[in-house]
Amino acid sequence: MGERLTTSTLLVTEEDEKKHEIIGAKGEGKELTKEEKQRLRKEKKQHKKNKKDDRGPPEKEKEKEKASVPAPSKPATQSPAHKAAPVPVNASASESPVAAEKPAKSKAELRAERRARQDSERASKQGKKEGGQQSTSSKPKATPNELQPVVKRLPDHVQVDDPVALKKLAKKLERQQVPLRSDYGYKVSLFSHLHQYSRKNPPTQQISIPVTVIHPSIVRLGLQYSQGIIAGSNARSVALLHAFKQVIQDYSTPPNEELSRDLVNKLSPYISFLSQCRPLSASMGNAIKYIKKEISNIPSQCKEEEAKRILQECIDSYINEKIILASEAISKYAIEKISDGDVILVYGCSSLVNHILCEAFEKQRKFRVIVVDSRPRLEGREALRRLVKKGIRCTYVLISALSYILPEVSKVFLGAHALLANGYVMSRVGTSQIALVAKAYNVPVLVCCETYKFCERVQTDSFVSNELDDPDDLIVTRNGKTHLENWQTVKSLGLLNLVYDVTPPDFVDLVITDLGMIPCTSVPVVLRVKNVDQ
Amino acid sequence: MEERELVEYFRAQIREDPDVASAVAAIRSLLEFLKRDQSESCLVFRESVQGYEMRMLTNACASLGETILGLRENQTKAIQRLEETDSSVAVSSGGELFLRFISLTSLEHPDLSQCKNVMIERGELFLKKISLSRGKVGKLCHTFIKDGAKILTHSSSRVVLKVLENAAADNKRFTVYVTESQPDSAGKLMAQKLHNLNIPVTVVLDAAVGYIMEKVDLVIVGAEGVVESGGVINKIGTYQMAVCSKAHNKPFYVVAESFKFVRLYPLNQQDVPDRFKYKADILKTVKDLNQEHPMIDYTPPSLITLLFTDLGVLTPSAVSDELIKLYL
Repeated sequence: MGERLTTSTLLVTEEDEKKHEIIGAKGEGKELTKEEKQRLRKEKKQHKKNKKDDRGPPEKEKEKEKASVPAPSKPATQSPAHKAAPVPVNASASESPVAAEKPAKSKAELRAERRARQDSERASKQGKKEGGQQSTSSKPKATPNELQPVVKRLPDHVQVDDPVALKKLAKKLERQQVPLRSDYGYKVSLFSHLHQYSRKNPPTQQISIPVTVIHPSIVRLGLQYSQGIIAGSNARSVALLHAFKQVIQDYSTPPNEELSRDLVNKLSPYISFLSQCRPLSASMGNAIKYIKKEISNIPSQCKEEEAKRILQECIDSYINEKIILASEAISKYAIEKISDGDVILVYGCSSLVNHILCEAFEKQRKFRVIVVDSRPRLEGREALRRLVKKGIRCTYVLISALSYILPEVSKVFLGAHALLANGYVMSRVGTSQIALVAKAYNVPVLVCCETYKFCERVQTDSFVSNELDDPDDLIVTRNGKTHLENWQTVKSLGLLNLVYDVTPPDFVDLVITDLGMIPCTSVPVVLRVKNVDQ
Repeated sequence: MEERELVEYFRAQIREDPDVASAVAAIRSLLEFLKRDQSESCLVFRESVQGYEMRMLTNACASLGETILGLRENQTKAIQRLEETDSSVAVSSGGELFLRFISLTSLEHPDLSQCKNVMIERGELFLKKISLSRGKVGKLCHTFIKDGAKILTHSSSRVVLKVLENAAADNKRFTVYVTESQPDSAGKLMAQKLHNLNIPVTVVLDAAVGYIMEKVDLVIVGAEGVVESGGVINKIGTYQMAVCSKAHNKPFYVVAESFKFVRLYPLNQQDVPDRFKYKADILKTVKDLNQEHPMIDYTPPSLITLLFTDLGVLTPSAVSDELIKLYL
């Protein structure tokens, strides 16, 4: 025991020194060199092993007991398994007093145990295959599950109430040297699995200056996202792609590294940082997937300048094809659906819908627009400004007056944040309300969405995955009165500021995409066709 | 081949075989047009070659493209001409599908005559396939008619007739109610044909659909066109029938061949283009269409239970899937 203490204390003191070095480096904002990162990793592994040794001996004793009790009751086919099992257990039992002293021995012991376990599993599987002929119909479903337990991983940003997931996220961010943003205020219990941040504490404040870990254009972008300066899924994606262009421009391949692999690794901390500032949208996710694919497809013999040029071109063509040309195509189809004398209802500010209406007005269609708006974002005012500037006749109402205004309306045009694989439309909160009331009044609802916003996710309600905005936005009312200023002092009061909601496909009559006009239920077909193309 | 000749050929086709679908007759005429078009465009080709002897190769290629483009233009013009003659949706959809089917290989072959032959071959193939489609639909659908069933149908549809024929041949006992379907009383014609097949049939007024709905077990109608949303365009009165059957929870089946799938997407009744709603001669002569009665209406997909096509039995949402496969 005395020996063990000295070795462990020795290890501890060495570690402390190294840690101080590394903490110093982090504090200065210097990026950890590869060697330092490797050293950190090795130390963590050592720590874990020491912890395991402490726990190891008492666990092995328990195993031995368990193995001995069921041994006589098991059938003959299981006997080879058991012959293997007691062996390492006995070995471990004999070694247990010695194991505490020498960590090296426990490694071999663990390996032997693992091998024994694998052997026993293999033998039991064989036994089951030979033995269970009658139960093969029921077993085949069981055995594949045993072979490969398929675990569906939930994304981090919807597991905020799970401490294990939070710890994992914190560790990952620490490794990438990205500041962790803490939640703000009391969360309504139904949404406690989501993040809720305050706009007054952007994560950019936690970064030291000069910033060398995260590229400055990414920092600027993160600030713009978190403060709501850039809003709207098209705007966010385009800004992201432009920032990435800047990053690629300033990137230089370190020696002994390949651009195609290193650049992708470089982008990961940036993406973590941006998702800390504001959760990524579906369109941003697709754009990032595209960039990563393009980067990893760069041939290794390509020179750096050439590779950078290729990537810049790829990004430019992506923006051009998927966003700009797509909106032209969508306008073309949508204008067919606008006839003279129409009264069109729009909600909030969708860049695509505004573009369609402006184009239709230029093509001399006679229509008028009703803009529906809602608190606290009041995005409809921006849409109103743009349309009135063009000269389109507009009416402005709040969403509470929806059922009053709807009998006048002939069509509803909605934008979308994302289209899910089961045909549900994810859009600004309030959209599903509009679709519901329009359906009740038999008014056709048209959703306009580019294909790059289609995502493979499936969702049937607005709870599982959403975004919670700053609750303090709800405090100020129209007259400037702030009755809710001290809402945090009231323990039972929660302010909920949701950003998105999902609309079922039964309420949507038509989806206009750059591929044409499709019913809402055909979204998975388009996804399938797209995957085949790629 | 002149446009006049084309229309004459088309009309002759319909006269000779009244049982043929108007779209099939249209496609036959288009194929004939393509065949006879050969001589003209070859002439053009020869002239252009003589004109540019020096740069024969490049210009020959250019004129090759021209003549194929010219071919397609002629075909499109021919389709438009036929639509003016018979303004049904099926002619428009059949024509467009025909054009797409044959022009998929337009630029693969460098030799013009070979290309032409390929196009004609494909055209013949297409024609053969769609001539068989009615039989396929009949075979699929008749199993859904149970013994002792009471069926309601609307106006006169040759596909529905085929289905009922197949069911009767299968020794099933059923009775049929047909709506009169004004203003052309096509329902009476249907009743006559069913009578000749020894199927007990009753003619009811258009206004009696709500009255008779509680008696019937299922509703089968044909279609003039199947639109992208999965809805159908059919003789006026179909929408009414669909709404009634939904209210009574009776299954509403539509039988249609696949060449009737058209790239329209109407949102409501008003959104159906005028060129389909009224007869061709009325469109040409009458100024104020508000005084005229439309001949067709649009049934939205939410009211349709199943569609029977030669591609199989589809739900309305699967129609878009098939259309994407056909057109994209």
